[in-house]
Amino acid sequence: MSEQTTVSAEPMATEEPAAGPSPWSRLFLGGVGHNLGLVAVLALLAVVGVATADTFATTANLLTILTSASIIGVITVGATFVIIGGGIDLSVGKLMALASVWATTVATQSFGPWVMVLCALAVGAAGGLLNGLLIAYGRIVPFIVTLAMLISAQGLAERISGRRSQIVTDPTIAAIATTRLLGIPLLVYLFAAVVAIGWVVLNRTTFGRRTFAIGGNPEAARLAGLDVRRHTAALYVVSGLCCGVAAIMIASLTTTGSSTHGTLYELDAIAAVIIGGTLLSGGRGTLVGSILGVLVFTTITNLFVLNNLDTDVQNIAKGAIIVAAVLVQARARRSTP
Amino acid sequence: MTSLLTVRGIVKTFPGVRALDGVDLDVAEGEVHCLLGQNGAGKSTLIKVLAGAHQPDAGELTWAGRPVAFPSPHAADAAGIATIHQELDLVPGLSVAENVVLGHEPSRLGFTRLRDAEALTRGLLLRLGHPEIPPRREVGRLSAAGQQVVSVARALARRARLIVMDEPTAVLDPNEVRNLFRVVRELTAEGVSVVYISHRLEEIREIGDRVTVLKDGATVARDLPARTTPTAEVIRLMTGRPVEHAIPPPSAPPGDEVVLEVEDLAGADFRGVSFTVRAGEVVGLAGLVGSGRSEIVETVYGARRATAGTVRVRGRALRTGSVAAAVRAGMGLCPEERKSQGLLLHESVARNVSLPALGRFARAGFLGPDAESGAARAVMARLDVRPADPSRPVRTLSGGNQQKVVLARWLLHGGGVLLLDEPTRGVDVGARGEIYALIRQLAEQGVAVVVVSSEIPEVLGLADTVLVVREGRVVHTAPAAELDEGKVLDLVMGAAHV
Repeated sequence: MSEQTTVSAEPMATEEPAAGPSPWSRLFLGGVGHNLGLVAVLALLAVVGVATADTFATTANLLTILTSASIIGVITVGATFVIIGGGIDLSVGKLMALASVWATTVATQSFGPWVMVLCALAVGAAGGLLNGLLIAYGRIVPFIVTLAMLISAQGLAERISGRRSQIVTDPTIAAIATTRLLGIPLLVYLFAAVVAIGWVVLNRTTFGRRTFAIGGNPEAARLAGLDVRRHTAALYVVSGLCCGVAAIMIASLTTTGSSTHGTLYELDAIAAVIIGGTLLSGGRGTLVGSILGVLVFTTITNLFVLNNLDTDVQNIAKGAIIVAAVLVQARARRSTP
Repeated sequence: MTSLLTVRGIVKTFPGVRALDGVDLDVAEGEVHCLLGQNGAGKSTLIKVLAGAHQPDAGELTWAGRPVAFPSPHAADAAGIATIHQELDLVPGLSVAENVVLGHEPSRLGFTRLRDAEALTRGLLLRLGHPEIPPRREVGRLSAAGQQVVSVARALARRARLIVMDEPTAVLDPNEVRNLFRVVRELTAEGVSVVYISHRLEEIREIGDRVTVLKDGATVARDLPARTTPTAEVIRLMTGRPVEHAIPPPSAPPGDEVVLEVEDLAGADFRGVSFTVRAGEVVGLAGLVGSGRSEIVETVYGARRATAGTVRVRGRALRTGSVAAAVRAGMGLCPEERKSQGLLLHESVARNVSLPALGRFARAGFLGPDAESGAARAVMARLDVRPADPSRPVRTLSGGNQQKVVLARWLLHGGGVLLLDEPTRGVDVGARGEIYALIRQLAEQGVAVVVVSSEIPEVLGLADTVLVVREGRVVHTAPAAELDEGKVLDLVMGAAHV
């Protein structure tokens, strides 16, 4: 089901407004066509996978890929909103760590699973709101604000947890990662749900449309009567909320809340957004591209694990892919006047 | 006259567009050769071919008697062609001297010799009649006119034999224009050639030697005498039809209902501004660049914070410094800088048009895939935006059509107050007439209009009432019928110039 959701989201993911005479031409020119390069890379990786490891094409392995994509995927949804809106959020990984720690203290856990979930979402949203207020109303550049948030969130998470991993004792939260519906892990459904909601908000609401406008030309958006500052602040709240969701997912998967969670997630998320075709300067991009970017990275990791290769080589490969993807996109853009 | 540059049969195609389709051009040594054409006629593409930024698909270039090709901007630069673009391409954070020698820094053993650069710059600025510009001043702190002088100095520092100027007077006031013309005359006297592009036909008459007219990517007439060719003939060549670009007179007097009231408004650059606009009335603000006219309009709109005074729409005072409040009250602004302040260049026409009214096409915040394209199509048809395709990216439209898109936005939003800052800047003659007719039509439907323009005939032709702004004060208010161009010019320039 989750795979279907992702796939069926693609045809509609056209960011160019419906020009095509038929839905089919729209599918190819807009959604898939936009991300054709990434689909090709994924296909290539699949071929390499099948050729090098017998276990690659098994259902179990494909579900492993999706499960490990789910947490960074949820964070990437929030990062896509922020980047299309012309900003950047470096604090995502540590905001998630802070939310995981806060939601798994002995005190929070004593109130039960719902309070733990609410706590994680509230911590994420509050961190995002503070980012947003400082950027939009304090007029400090996003890079600096969210870098500061990354550092402080790390510190606060260490302070609350005493630098220890907090074990998740609540059975409901612990069960999220182990539950399967129709053979597919619940984490994958959560990931799919966040992507679906994100896609609808970005492409089918005034909020999404205004995000593109503000990222594309903030001055024009302001002079058209949009409340650019309030909207900018809201984008960081969206990113923070995604961190809150991811915090519950990672707490369940690792059965711990820890300040060491999410290290360098911000770079993975930004890299996925960029290779997904979103302009780092804002105003243009697709959520489907970002998700394909996450899947590319996760599949590479999977291939390296299956073939018992070192992570250092893996990182070199990831870096090369980022450069190659951006080169291809730049060339594609230049060919249109 | 010996020929410096000969262009024959240049063709340049982009995917889906034939931008140049047989362009001929002859530039003689020491002449000012004017290039005329509507937006989209191919002037910009031609300049880029001359500057080595585009490679032509066919055609020949002859430079100083020899066939040449400019495979890169560097090659054109080395041959002696310098281009001064509309958007000046100086580095704002570097000094005047550093900009002048940029890419050709005098150096010894790899160390730049700033003192040599400054001496060279001082000499060039003196030659250009601007010894008052300090070579060490940061370029970003100079006025638009000052920056233009620096661009010319840079061209001279590279020993350019041909300088291409793309709408150089768009950001200059009359004094600065006069100064620029003096510089151009001195350059041509020294044998430098100038290719001069402008929408202002009067300027071409004043400064030009010969005129070449482009239409739809091809040369339709070349080497016309700039001073003696009748205006009507030039317009006919540019548009392909005889065009009446006169402004239609108002058919009825404005109503009595006061829609917009500005009372004792003050901001950082102006103070004590009061005026009212009735339904169906057009109020014009005449003034030089820097007089405060744009700041006044932007403050009325809430884009700048007022330090004193009130703005009322239909009797209700607006919160100061809030564009959202002004838009809710029914105001719309077509800003001075269309590309940087008005448009989402990457987005489609439909999305540009619907921006302020987006909520209307949504249900509980949700939008259908093409929620607004029907409404956009209707308003585009009313304004004759070409091509009439709401899904087309707005950056592919010509300047005149882009301006219509900004107007369409407020037409769709449908407020009662329209503020237009330089509505015809960078707009070709044909579209200009359509925009005038549209402004008139909106006024007749009861919209209160405020027009800011540097072109005095435009203000006089459109406005019922004219406010003359000088140094941040309204120095004169009168019905347009009681004023003429000379009188407004005197008021605009101030007593010292009378």
